[in-house]
Amino acid sequence: MSTKNTFRLDGKDIPFEDGETVMDAALKAGEYIPHLCHNPDYPPHGSCRVCVVDVNGRHMCSCTLPASGNMDIDNSSEAIVDKRRALLQMLFVEGNHTCPACEKSGACQLQAVAYSTRMLSPHFTHFFPKRSIDASHPEVVFYFNRCILCGLCVRVSRDVDKKSVFAISGRGIDSKLVFNSLSGKLGDSELAATDEAASVCPVGAILPKFVGYEVPIGERLYDTKPISVVGDVAANHHAKRPLVSDDPNE
Amino acid sequence: MKNLESFIDELLSRIGNSPDRLLQLLCEIQYRYSHIPAEAVKLLADQLRTPPVQILTVIDFYAFLHRKARGKYDILFSDNITDRMLGNIRLLNSLCKKLGVKPGVPRSDGQVTVGLTSCTGICDQGPALLVNGMVISRLTDQRIHRIVGLVEAGIPVSNWPQQFFVVDDNIQRQDKLLSHGIISGSAIDALLVKGGDALLGWLDQSGLRGRGGAGFKTATKWRYCRDTPAEEHYVVCNADEGEPGTFKDRVLLNKYADCVFEGMTLCAGIIGAKRGFLYLRGEYLYLREALQEKLQKRRDTNLLGKDILGRQGFDFDIEIHMGAGAYICGEESALIESLEGKRGIPRNRPPFPVTSGYQNQPTVVNNVETFVATARIAVFGADWFRSAGTEESSGTKLLSISGDCARPGIYEYPYGVSIRQVLEDCGASDTQAVQISGAAGATIPPQEFYRKIAFEDIPTGGSFMIFNQQRDLLEMVQNFSRFFCHESCGFCTPCRVGGTLMSNLVEKVMVGHATSYDIQEMQNIGLIMQKTAHCGLGSTAPNPVLDTLNKFPGIYSERLLNRSYEPAFDLDAALETSRHLTGRDDEGAHIRYEK
Repeated sequence: MSTKNTFRLDGKDIPFEDGETVMDAALKAGEYIPHLCHNPDYPPHGSCRVCVVDVNGRHMCSCTLPASGNMDIDNSSEAIVDKRRALLQMLFVEGNHTCPACEKSGACQLQAVAYSTRMLSPHFTHFFPKRSIDASHPEVVFYFNRCILCGLCVRVSRDVDKKSVFAISGRGIDSKLVFNSLSGKLGDSELAATDEAASVCPVGAILPKFVGYEVPIGERLYDTKPISVVGDVAANHHAKRPLVSDDPNE
Repeated sequence: MKNLESFIDELLSRIGNSPDRLLQLLCEIQYRYSHIPAEAVKLLADQLRTPPVQILTVIDFYAFLHRKARGKYDILFSDNITDRMLGNIRLLNSLCKKLGVKPGVPRSDGQVTVGLTSCTGICDQGPALLVNGMVISRLTDQRIHRIVGLVEAGIPVSNWPQQFFVVDDNIQRQDKLLSHGIISGSAIDALLVKGGDALLGWLDQSGLRGRGGAGFKTATKWRYCRDTPAEEHYVVCNADEGEPGTFKDRVLLNKYADCVFEGMTLCAGIIGAKRGFLYLRGEYLYLREALQEKLQKRRDTNLLGKDILGRQGFDFDIEIHMGAGAYICGEESALIESLEGKRGIPRNRPPFPVTSGYQNQPTVVNNVETFVATARIAVFGADWFRSAGTEESSGTKLLSISGDCARPGIYEYPYGVSIRQVLEDCGASDTQAVQISGAAGATIPPQEFYRKIAFEDIPTGGSFMIFNQQRDLLEMVQNFSRFFCHESCGFCTPCRVGGTLMSNLVEKVMVGHATSYDIQEMQNIGLIMQKTAHCGLGSTAPNPVLDTLNKFPGIYSERLLNRSYEPAFDLDAALETSRHLTGRDDEGAHIRYEK
């Protein structure tokens, strides 16, 4: 590897290959950059903006940014973490995220990334939108309150499952997730519980029915180790790893 | 629904049946039926082999497309701050009252809807409205009165008094660009005689930079595009002039359209494009027919089509693509998405359109004014162009002037003109501030009127709105903040949520409930939007707040509560559910604040 194909991330040299993004290269090198709409298994999207880093003085979104040798990247200064935290707080007030009442609590990427930025409160004024639940599907339930519009289910259903079950409609603050069926109900769409899109949600918006608190609170994915160590929800799901910490002493 | 079916069949054969034609098909259905009937969605989904939900998401993205009927007359008042200053809200209320409708809600007999829409680009002769897509300028009480009669009598819009629909060019000052006409085909002649390399050299020497505001060098853009190997190259003219307060493209398309097409054809010849698009904002639908005629005339005289001016293999044609009420589509990658029939969400860049644009092929996207300038340079040469302007900003700039002045309209100036000079020429006095380059631009106070319109000082796409000392600048800030909320595509968190938080805080200041803590919050949110948004809309959306906080702090401080914190929670509003449940709405069921 030539010295040319490395960039600096918080003072460390990170190797990269041509065409790789900053996010890809950093994750490969074991460096965690917080992210929500990004999932390394799929093409980057760049909508949540949580992976913002400072590149030579400019704020850039690391999941969509092609790496190059002259980059000196700040991924952890207060200035960057402050902005990430604010973006997360915006996501929290936009929806209705009542963690203690959510089945995904402890294994939710939004919650885990918020902890990683040391977020202590939602800070901004809550929107308290009136949103419903779609329980029309026999095996899957959709909680609109928790959707963060990351578009992962949209992309995966379209590109991997080849079904285009999900889409984002409206615009601005009225953007919302919709389902592809004449009735508009999830139950009338082609979604199967075994679809990859059904298990890609980083938060508790898409959940399987008839499963509740299988893994007790306290033993969940992010209960004992931070997300920077454990990794994404979906990655753990795909690896079929148990949603518990391997090491009971942790 | 037999009619609908045959109408859609006709559309599909005329416009095409590939998914990239979706937006154009939807526009035509909207024009005809005042909405997109559910049946039409089904038919289109079958024909285009597209999931129905995809079609619905496109409908829901564009402000001019509706799932429910708007009525026989769809009336939209332009709601730029300049329309507000001319009393559009009073006229809207008066019309609503006379027609017996609520703003935005179709009348129960299906006859009419009255609502608001973002700036329609008629700021120099407002207040304005659109009725079924046609512009009515210079609204007065008398005009409103007559509109009521015409609506109630069911007179088709095509039979309304013609003077209603007069939109003047209003050119107040001409310079190089507007006063030096060229003969149709002469720029193409120059290309055929001198060759593409020579013409690119001229454009380089001329120093021409994009007139949309960003100022990228035109020759560099065209060269990049030409030098990117690909199956197809495309030329796109961005006529989605949506920046509040700008209307120069409307005038160029009305009076100088031939030169716009000439510039596009010149570009096509240089980069090797066979197809070009003029992306026309939905608000300018009324210009479409005349533009189509001009295109046809160029085809008839071999300035478009096959073997242009006899040069074998020089094939190029231009298609008009309608927008449908989305400011974001003025952003070039969102515009391309829209051209492909999709929601106008800006793409991730790189790659830039110049290497991967329409259908992922290299695409030049330029402003209307830029294309006019290129055609002129091809005929009159680089030196002719360079002799006006400054070192870094050569040539001239069209300004769209509106607001508090005696002579609003189009002013063409050499770059480097001072704001003071412009104000003097258009008859502005007692000026409190000038908003340059639209809602996303800069608010300039009098102590900065010495500054110059130029890329190196104050760059602009052309919007120039004037506010005199009697105006409440916070109303401008409020208008722009609402505008950005309405026009945010919703893709990224900082613009979607941050923009809404920001607008809510502006409203809080407006009603006198804000404290210095809220001002601090606006600054924080503004910074996050500027630094982290996905595109230029999101990163510039906080500008009107941040700029006025900095330069006009008084408009905020005079409204602030003299305490450190005021909760956003509204106890009285929170009681609304209980009032509803108990059926009470008396004095005792409300909590009133002392102000």
